[in-house]
Amino acid sequence: MSRLKGWKEMRKAGLVEPASSLAVKTGDWKVFKPVVDHKKCIKCFRCVVFCPDLCIEMKNEKITSNLDYCKGCALCAKVCPVKCIKMEKAR
Amino acid sequence: MNKNKIALTGAQAAAEAMRQINPDVVPAYPITPQTQIVESFAHFVADGKVETEMIRVESEHSAMSAAVGASAAGARVMTASSSQGILLMLEILPIASGLRLPIVMNVVNRAISAPINIHCDHSDSMACRDLGWVQIYSEDNQEVYDNTILAQKLAEKTELPVMVMQDGFITSHCVEEVEILDDEKVKRFVGEYNPETSLLKNNATFGALQLPDYNFETKKQQSDAIERAKIEFLKTGKELSKLTGREYNYFESYKLKDANYVVVSMNSSAGTVKSLIDKLRKKGKKVGLLKPVLFRPFPYSEIKAALKGKKIAVLDRSESFGANPPLFAEIKNSLFDINAKIQSYVYGIGGRELLEKDIENVFENLMKNKFEEKTRYVGLRE
Ligand code: SF4
Ligand code: SF4
Repeated sequence: MSRLKGWKEMRKAGLVEPASSLAVKTGDWKVFKPVVDHKKCIKCFRCVVFCPDLCIEMKNEKITSNLDYCKGCALCAKVCPVKCIKMEKAR
Repeated sequence: MNKNKIALTGAQAAAEAMRQINPDVVPAYPITPQTQIVESFAHFVADGKVETEMIRVESEHSAMSAAVGASAAGARVMTASSSQGILLMLEILPIASGLRLPIVMNVVNRAISAPINIHCDHSDSMACRDLGWVQIYSEDNQEVYDNTILAQKLAEKTELPVMVMQDGFITSHCVEEVEILDDEKVKRFVGEYNPETSLLKNNATFGALQLPDYNFETKKQQSDAIERAKIEFLKTGKELSKLTGREYNYFESYKLKDANYVVVSMNSSAGTVKSLIDKLRKKGKKVGLLKPVLFRPFPYSEIKAALKGKKIAVLDRSESFGANPPLFAEIKNSLFDINAKIQSYVYGIGGRELLEKDIENVFENLMKNKFEEKTRYVGLRE
């Protein structure tokens, strides 16, 4: 672990670099990950708007969760009207 | 020095200073007795006298929230409030100081509910004395004007929010002659506000989560910053002195040096104490006043040096329920190792008047060496 900074070396007010979410991958603690059955998916985008981490996108015409950020909450699977998302063990 | 004197209420004096400072954003909500500040300022906005974006919010919680947002975006922000309004802001006040945002707020001191009361005491500003805001108290309309201008520069130098206090109605609604600086001079004194970090410069995230590994250090930085604000207050005061010819110290000493008997009192009541001191001095009594101006950060060692060897009565205009009244507690802290003779008094709660004969009684008790552990009450019916 890198050395923690002392109060005299730190930026004021706990300010951090902007857009730090791009640098910090927050999805590494998930237990389950969503797996989409693309044949069944009707592309309604319900999962996209419900995902609390805003990590579902359309990639090559396919609903895709960015697993760097997905926390495995299963909300997408719950709200999917055709139940085409299954939660599987992340590792 | 070109003197431009006009008749203004304390509230108008605050608004006049705000007009000259010309803040970028003023989010505000009216509350008695502060209303006249935002009302006068709204006139300036409507008349095109300032370039300010005035946000008429739906509550004081929103006023302070908008102030935090605008200030983090890099704007110069001012607002004003009183009593319950300040308490509604309470959740956001430490966010302003914690994020080191130089917001300046004029506070018109008013009692806090319940029972509801619109008149002056200091329980509102005292309720937020430990939230990281610099606190400056003003005796009269001129001090309100001067302190507001000083506060703006001090806030931006120290990256800390500042409250400037004045007494509800007694100061805010009474007309006095106020010496106004040229607009140009105030503009040059406060200068352009261009913070290094801001949301619009896109060089920081404000208010990110901080866990036990870093929060302690950030709080220590904040405590260091307000400690340094002490020196900056004097420096900024010296700069302002060059324009006004008046002095800006941690506290005012009135006939204090050779006094044996001293009253310590803040805001408008200090004027009544001075008037009585003049009369008692004519009778040969060695009486004086110490009027704290900078309450946060508190100037402990300087107060100790000024009060050493004197018999002291501290007049508080608020209670700290279940503890010593706030001003008395600080004065006593300053003197903890010199065993000073000191008595606590509470006066003026809910706007109860303070008369010269009441203060004379306080001085007489000092002269008769009457001290006790318990707080005494001035003007209270048994
Ligand atoms: S499991 Fe939760 S976080 Fe992951 S994609 Fe689905 S809704 Fe988003
Ligand atoms: S909610 Fe289900 S059907 Fe709709 S887009 Fe997402 S995966 Fe496809």
